[in-house]
Amino acid sequence: MELVTPSIGLIFWMTLSFLILLFILGKFAWKPIMKSLKDREETIAQALNLAEEARAEIGDLKAENERLAKDAKDERDKLLREARDVRDRIIDAARLEAKQEGARLMEITRTDIRNEILAARTDLKNEIAALSVMIAEKLVKDELQDKKKSEALVNKLLDEVKWN
Amino acid sequence: MQKNYHIAVAFSKAEPMKKSNRFRRNIPLVFFTFFITLSVALQVFASNPDKQPAEDKEVQAVEGHEVSAGSEKFEPGTFIMHHIGDAHEWHILSSGNFHLSVPLPVILLTENDGLISFCSSNFVGHGHGPKEYRGYILTENNHIIAADGSQVLDFSITKNVLAIFISMVFLCLIFLSVARAYTRRKDQAPRGLQNLMEVLILFIRDEVIRPAIGEKKYMKYLPFLMTVFFFIFLNNLLGLIPIIPGGANVTGNISVTLVLALFTFVITSFSGNRSYWQHIVNAPGVPWWLKIPIPLMPIIEILGMFTKPFVLMVRLFANISAGHIIALGFFSLIFIFGEMAAGIGFAVSPASIVFTVFMALLELLVAFIQAYVFTLLSAMYFGMAIEEHHKEAHTHEIEHH
Repeated sequence: MELVTPSIGLIFWMTLSFLILLFILGKFAWKPIMKSLKDREETIAQALNLAEEARAEIGDLKAENERLAKDAKDERDKLLREARDVRDRIIDAARLEAKQEGARLMEITRTDIRNEILAARTDLKNEIAALSVMIAEKLVKDELQDKKKSEALVNKLLDEVKWN
Repeated sequence: MQKNYHIAVAFSKAEPMKKSNRFRRNIPLVFFTFFITLSVALQVFASNPDKQPAEDKEVQAVEGHEVSAGSEKFEPGTFIMHHIGDAHEWHILSSGNFHLSVPLPVILLTENDGLISFCSSNFVGHGHGPKEYRGYILTENNHIIAADGSQVLDFSITKNVLAIFISMVFLCLIFLSVARAYTRRKDQAPRGLQNLMEVLILFIRDEVIRPAIGEKKYMKYLPFLMTVFFFIFLNNLLGLIPIIPGGANVTGNISVTLVLALFTFVITSFSGNRSYWQHIVNAPGVPWWLKIPIPLMPIIEILGMFTKPFVLMVRLFANISAGHIIALGFFSLIFIFGEMAAGIGFAVSPASIVFTVFMALLELLVAFIQAYVFTLLSAMYFGMAIEEHHKEAHTHEIEHH
């Protein structure tokens, strides 16, 4: 029975001590400890979040880089293709122009040749005419010395003209 | 910077000398001071060897006992009760007529003399019989009564009170140092004593208080629950140490557990919200004939208010006392058999010691479990008191049942 009978003195001292202990620990121990624990948890959580964000950012960056590289490659290909096209176009144009120029030159040359031939022909005609006149003159001179012969010749020539 | 890891430093061998300097300087100093104070206060009660046997014979002659002088019959019951009970002196050891104990201050609020105070060594008497000083008698049961039968209230600093003070000092030293470590080494990994305590603090916070009370209000009850846990745990552990400053059966004392349970009761009652009281007075979802004409449910609920802390009180008290009683019982075996013949006593002693060691290991577990259970149940009572009940939840509950 002695064991289960509470004693007033012990209850008094226990209550007093426990209240003091509660006050001291509550104010100077649990408060700063809990605050620090919370702060630390938040710091850790924050750090983890930051790491996660950084990882995501790196991922983004990588994707971005890949995209840029791809873009650059595409751009290069496009430029090359365009350059090739331009070159082909220029070559074609040049070729065409050359052809046209050649044709034009040929035409001019041909015309010149034709003109030359014509001129030469005219010259030759004139020459032949002059020569003929000269020969004729001589012949006439000779023939005219002989009246008969001259008349025969004129008749013959007249006949010949009729033929022409 | 690392001045405050007194105890922790002892665990880590790799710690450089510089850091442990303060520990080596301080802790022995603390203990040294403590024991010096103790030894100054200490008085050796060595009875007069010439006088004692004569007195014994006188007593025996008066009482007509057949027992031979000097050999008192060993009574395990008294022995055990003496060890687990409170005392007005802190007994350390006895050998024959040589008694070594720390006398403690006696403070009495008396009808005749008002508030008086004197040293417990003033009580004179011999053996286990009543002792007397200035008309106040210290009975065998450790009660102080007035010789003339007037009212006496005993506010003495008894063994348990001193043990409570000592544990208070320990708790303050430990947790103020840990708190300092937290504020000084902000956001760094814990180490040493701080690390050791953090395991317990986080366990109690995250596994006990938070789930039981809920995220919103747990911080309000945390200081009390933490203090209760560590107070009980430390005193349970100190109770397992046989020598001063341990050895007092603080948490196995009904007055101490009564106060602790009373705190829980008061806090629960004061934090009880509307729905808590409604559940007690007029529990919703209960058939009306359980409330009218005989208010059966309210009576049961009101009884429940008191049985909860009562059970807390009894559980802690009984568990810790039982452990002490069993351990002491094993020791008593040695003396019970020793009384038959010294040889049998010696023969039994190894078994007793093995069992006691086993009990001590078990008690280590119990020390933690009981502190945990007390804290958990207190937290759950607080949680119940502040819980928000909703009508829907109730109809739902009833449907299920």
